[in-house]
Amino acid sequence: MNEKILMKGNEALAEGAVRAGCRFFSGYPITPQNEIPEYMSWRLPEVGGTFIQAESEVSAINMLFGASACGIRVMTSSSGPGISLKQEGISYISGAELPIFYADIMRGGPGLGNIAPAQGDYFQATRGGGHGDYRVIVFAPNSVSEMGNFPKICYELADKYRVPTMVLADGLLGQMMEPIVYNFEPVDPKDLPEKDYTLGCAEGRERRVIRSYDLRPGYLEKNTLRLGEKFKKIEENEVRYEKINLEGADIVIVAFGTASRVCKSAIPLGKEDGIKIGLLRPITLWPFPMKVLNQIADKVENILVVEMNIGQMVEDVKLAVEGKAKVHFYGRPSGGIPTTEEIFEQVKKILKR
Amino acid sequence: MKEKKVFKRTKGLTDIPMRYCPGCGHGIIHRLVAEVIEELGVLKRTIGIAPVGCSVFADEYFNCDMIQPAHGRGPAVATGIKRTRPDCIVFSYQGDGDLASIGMAETVHACARSENITIIFVNNAIYGMTGGQMAPTTLIGMKSTTTPFGRDVKVAGYPIKVCELLAPLEAPGYLVRVSVHKASQVMKAKKAIKKAFQVQMDGLGFSLVEIISPCPTDWFLTSLQAVEFAEKQMIPYFPLGEFKTPYKKEEVKKEAKEGIEVEYRTDFN
Repeated sequence: MNEKILMKGNEALAEGAVRAGCRFFSGYPITPQNEIPEYMSWRLPEVGGTFIQAESEVSAINMLFGASACGIRVMTSSSGPGISLKQEGISYISGAELPIFYADIMRGGPGLGNIAPAQGDYFQATRGGGHGDYRVIVFAPNSVSEMGNFPKICYELADKYRVPTMVLADGLLGQMMEPIVYNFEPVDPKDLPEKDYTLGCAEGRERRVIRSYDLRPGYLEKNTLRLGEKFKKIEENEVRYEKINLEGADIVIVAFGTASRVCKSAIPLGKEDGIKIGLLRPITLWPFPMKVLNQIADKVENILVVEMNIGQMVEDVKLAVEGKAKVHFYGRPSGGIPTTEEIFEQVKKILKR
Repeated sequence: MKEKKVFKRTKGLTDIPMRYCPGCGHGIIHRLVAEVIEELGVLKRTIGIAPVGCSVFADEYFNCDMIQPAHGRGPAVATGIKRTRPDCIVFSYQGDGDLASIGMAETVHACARSENITIIFVNNAIYGMTGGQMAPTTLIGMKSTTTPFGRDVKVAGYPIKVCELLAPLEAPGYLVRVSVHKASQVMKAKKAIKKAFQVQMDGLGFSLVEIISPCPTDWFLTSLQAVEFAEKQMIPYFPLGEFKTPYKKEEVKKEAKEGIEVEYRTDFN
């Protein structure tokens, strides 16, 4: 049994990655994620891993490309502006079908924005900022405990499907301290199954090539259709969400990450006024919990989406409910954090109470 | 009659026919690199990186593990590979647009970190794959599809001399400029490539071989005219020679102790 420790979200994430078998990290400084590379700079050498402070985010993600091609578990992290730069590499890595894990500790945007917590990178994470047909599995933790424990699931899914996986958190989750218990035993990379596509010593086998291009007419289409099938399989099997107080709810709130915590604390306020507030928290933002939301829309008239942006996930919620329920939105972007009272006000307004 | 074998196909290349234009230097440079890898006995533990550009297909031609990353990112990918597999020999094959334009940051920083990798830098002063646009190494006054009246320094600045740019850094083990425009130079180029790989095998850090290479198609010249252009126009601007030579192994400690400056040589030719 692992002990309970008090940790900062960013450090819990970095330690979680190391415990999950990460042995290579390259990154570039940007607030509010600096604790991650700082932690990795001493922690990885301790376990025989490699830490490199790259000259840019572009370079950092491409170092990951090379290291992942050699078969080890790798990680990078950044905030929105840096993730924008990393999208080039993420697209190539997706095309080459290599597993990587990365984290976006969101800040206010667009542009340089500010360094306050925000959720404005939802589109970037779930739609990709890179070019071409690809998908990234996106996990949205809402506690330090999940920050620390999600990397292991991310690595497992990345290896299983040969796709990039990521944690999408915000500056608040990265900076705050909470107790955490790691719910898994440290992974020894030596115990992981060998991959049959990695580069290295070609003694006794055919040479291997890792590439994302195919100029032969028709071949790339076929390959991309195959990738599409793989993404469909992920959508069928890897959706994760948390249902709270949904049975007989008068209204259902949909929120992820930090926003979901504030929304959860609005539930008792409703109780006092005789309003039953349900909460659906998507844990994976892609694949998005479409089916469960569609079922919820059969039973409830009003859905309120709360985000720390000007309305991004709300589009997915609308897609999911297929017009069966009214979808409302309340957002506080670029450093604004909604309060419990604000959210309850919105609920009362919608229900005309 | 006794037969004497004077030349054989290198095992370092696959059987796939190359798509390069007649008179292009890439085919020669591929063969030289492949022969060196074979002769050094490291073919089975070499990982090559193909660039974006004409030689994107290098991943089909080199008979070793290969990876094809984004434009200009070869040195970063090489860093990730070499740090993960220090037992492997890692080379990044890049053109002038790839290395000296979009990938300049990656090149300079891999060099400054003294990554123990080898870069084969093909300088033909033009973007070949995309049809002959101006490269960072396009000569002053030289015509390209984006400098149709010749490169005007007031508009497009000056060509970049990569070896000269990297040489003042503390880190690089070996920097050399050679050419493959004629047979005698081809043999010297091979020697330089071999030395660069040797530097990596000896753990002496970053090695880069810049190779002047003809591109008749995008220079709008015949193959013979291209040879002349390389000789009379390219080489005077991009002088051949070693810009930084590696320490000899036994001298490493001594020189570090005494703080002796690195020897610069330009007498390679």
